Amino acid sequence: MSAVAVVVFPGSNCEHDVVRALRGLGGDARLVWHGDESLGDASAVVLPGGFAHGDYLRPGAIARFSPIMAAVAEFAAHGGPVVGICNGFQVLTEAGLLPGALRRNTGLRFVCETVTCTVVSSRSVLTSGVAPGTRLALPINHGEGNFTCDPATLAELEGSGQVVLRYEGNPNGSVAAVAGVANAQGNVVGLMPHPERASAGLLGSDDGLVLLRSLLDSAADEALSSRARGAAAS
Amino acid sequence: MHVEVRGLEGIADPEGLTIERALPALGFRGVDSVHVGKVVRFVLDAPDGESARATAEEMCARLLANPVIERAEVTVVPAAEPRPVAGS
Repeated sequence: MSAVAVVVFPGSNCEHDVVRALRGLGGDARLVWHGDESLGDASAVVLPGGFAHGDYLRPGAIARFSPIMAAVAEFAAHGGPVVGICNGFQVLTEAGLLPGALRRNTGLRFVCETVTCTVVSSRSVLTSGVAPGTRLALPINHGEGNFTCDPATLAELEGSGQVVLRYEGNPNGSVAAVAGVANAQGNVVGLMPHPERASAGLLGSDDGLVLLRSLLDSAADEALSSRARGAAAS
Repeated sequence: MHVEVRGLEGIADPEGLTIERALPALGFRGVDSVHVGKVVRFVLDAPDGESARATAEEMCARLLANPVIERAEVTVVPAAEPRPVAGS
């Protein structure tokens, strides 16, 4: 069985939504405290949205030093699926697990609306089951979601399929309207939209489910390959 | 210690831009290139200025600034001599 560890930082506020959405898809998800040093036998990790450590200094700047983050970095280095949603995306860029940075939105407004995003690349643990070009209605809720990186990095991200999600329109001023990026291997993904808040028709959209289903599939693959690694090592 | 953190050249500064637009609306003319940064001040116990600077620069690299979008400038301000306690 593959389990998804959903990390709780002081100030996280979307962790239960993520667990509920994943369980709704038949997945096994559990909360892991940021002060823990181990992910246990988890086969995927989600860093949920919220305001970890009050977003003091910069969003994610303090959270990246949480004890659990060493385990997350090691898990990611071995190819384990790691997804950061909103504040979790900010934590992953601060931790250097994803390129770029997230700055104040253009216009300095906290944006809270449902936007249409286009899946740009299937080369990631979050989009593996979604065809490029698929349009998804997803809520965004952030003050600092303005993705930025230097032009050379952007060209590299675009060229290698690491831009996984793009806004239609540009609600926060992100370069090239980037809504989500992956690392070069595609196993670490960050996005500002909240797929867990688009997980039922009752919430206005269930377009986030295809993304979460891809993550659960990636977790199942990781569970198999980690078992194979364990068998090879013993 | 006095650490000034500011955005890298060429990185969009939405706060600076908003202020730049707001000032003319209040009648201030000739304003250009507004940038907003932050200042971190703290007292650091160190044997000398050089080691204080080295420590502060390490703090900048690890926590106080994000090198992807910011750069930090450290100024060492010697602490004032402790004031004599009244009555002694």
